[in-house]
Amino acid sequence: MSGDPGARRRRPLLPYLLIAPSFLALLAVLGYPLADMVTLSFQDMTRKELFSGEQPPWAGLEQFRTILSDGFFWTVVARTAAFTAVCVTLTMACGLLVALLMRGTSPWVRAVIAAVLVAVWAMPVMVAAAVFRWLFDADYGVVNWLLSRLPGVDLARHNWFTDPWQGFAVITAVVVWGALPFAAVSLHAALTQIPPELEEAARIDGARPAQVFRYVTFPAVKPVFVTVTTLMAIWDFGVFNQIWLMRGGQPEREYYLLGVYSFIESFAVNRYSTGAAIALVTIVLLLGGAVVYLRQMFRLGEVE
Amino acid sequence: MRPPKRRGRRLDALGLLVAAVLGFPVYWMVLTAFRPATDILSLPPEFWPSDPTLANFTRAMGTETFWANARSSAVIGLGTVAVSLLVGTLAAFALARFRFAGRKAFVVVILTVQMIPLAALVIPVYLLLNDAGLTDSLVGVIIVYLVFTLPFAVWMLQGFIAAIPVELEEAAMVDGCGRLGAFVRVVLPLLGPGLVATSVFAMVQAWNEYVLVYVLLSTPEKQTLSIWLVSFQTSFGTDYGGLMAGATLTALPVVVFFLAVHRKIAAGLAVGAVKG
Repeated sequence: MSGDPGARRRRPLLPYLLIAPSFLALLAVLGYPLADMVTLSFQDMTRKELFSGEQPPWAGLEQFRTILSDGFFWTVVARTAAFTAVCVTLTMACGLLVALLMRGTSPWVRAVIAAVLVAVWAMPVMVAAAVFRWLFDADYGVVNWLLSRLPGVDLARHNWFTDPWQGFAVITAVVVWGALPFAAVSLHAALTQIPPELEEAARIDGARPAQVFRYVTFPAVKPVFVTVTTLMAIWDFGVFNQIWLMRGGQPEREYYLLGVYSFIESFAVNRYSTGAAIALVTIVLLLGGAVVYLRQMFRLGEVE
Repeated sequence: MRPPKRRGRRLDALGLLVAAVLGFPVYWMVLTAFRPATDILSLPPEFWPSDPTLANFTRAMGTETFWANARSSAVIGLGTVAVSLLVGTLAAFALARFRFAGRKAFVVVILTVQMIPLAALVIPVYLLLNDAGLTDSLVGVIIVYLVFTLPFAVWMLQGFIAAIPVELEEAAMVDGCGRLGAFVRVVLPLLGPGLVATSVFAMVQAWNEYVLVYVLLSTPEKQTLSIWLVSFQTSFGTDYGGLMAGATLTALPVVVFFLAVHRKIAAGLAVGAVKG
């Protein structure tokens, strides 16, 4: 990235001094707890040890044996994966459509969409959760009322969270709604980088709109698309707040995803070591995503 | 080749529809916040404001800890921004301007860190702060927040610095500035928009965070608006007027900041995503 790295070789120490504070901060606040978590998952820490400060007894692989042989754990893993897949697909599809739409509208409509996207993006997650709870309120929620206008639908006093499928539909709506602006804005930024001549040339050569998109437009935004998709997958896999808040801090077992499960084991049941083991497994699963992400980042070049 | 006019108008209509659907939850929140309780619970719901009132806001702001929590949110937000900009700019400068052994490894660390779900680390982080005597302290929270603001700050700022031609700095150094002088006089002024965008982003992340404050701060007065808002929900039951007023108050600063700098953030994202 810099002009001529060769000229800078005389002071090899300076860059290390510059990154030292960041590195140390990350090491202390993240590296240490991470190591601590690994240790914790091989122990058996309960409330007693947490408050007395005693060394918890070692448990070896016991925590992992327990969770990995528990059918419920695998249900939660599968549920988390499915939830992530649905949320990411919806977010990226809608984000791409909105970004493409913004290219075709008049400037003032584009400005309106951009303003709305920014406002949605800026909504704190607990605000979004509160608002969606209100929209889907059983007695006075406007969604129930609106849907009941449709012929043959009666949702008066319908509680969306009784059935986990419907509950997850609402949670998916919050997650996708909150994540859409990031996807749409990034993709729109990428779309504006495409020289118009490219698409025009394809059109003149007789390509239909779908072909122009497939062979010219999408390949040009693909790097950004893949990066955003991976980030979305990583974030959605760790979803915690939306579920926690929409279920009022007491999610039912049907609403557990890995993040929620780990937190509950730790803080509601006080099985800190089980919680740590679940968190560790989550991070290992995420590393799969991390590899894709990093490879992508490096393939985009320049990071060396 | 401009698209025919009718197609343009249809797309405009579609665009407005999309904006309306996406914006509706925000509209509904603000509308509810300004409504008297009797209107909120009216069926069928009304979609336009009739006799708006500030009663919900007065009630929300009158809750015991509102001002203390708002202050706490501001302190944590500004503190996090200050530290992560200071520390982040140094690292960003190193990444953008130097090739050094271990650069790649550092970049990997920066990128990977963003993937670790912090909710998973709550217990060890709590234990760490406990050892350091920093539980229930705003300083402790600021330090922990660095973990998720710093990587992003470094990443975004290095994109902005890389976009500043290195020749400008070299010219300043030829003219007798030291490296630090060149940085302060040339890079820093040009980095202004990048710093603003990055600080807003860090601020927003700190403002939005919920789980860590929930666990790390036990004194009600020290907690942030995110906790305040959620505690609202249980103690007031279904007082949606108060809750929506609280939600509007919590979201307002973020929306204002964001609207002010969103172009810069989009530019930073594009640079970060494309240029790495």
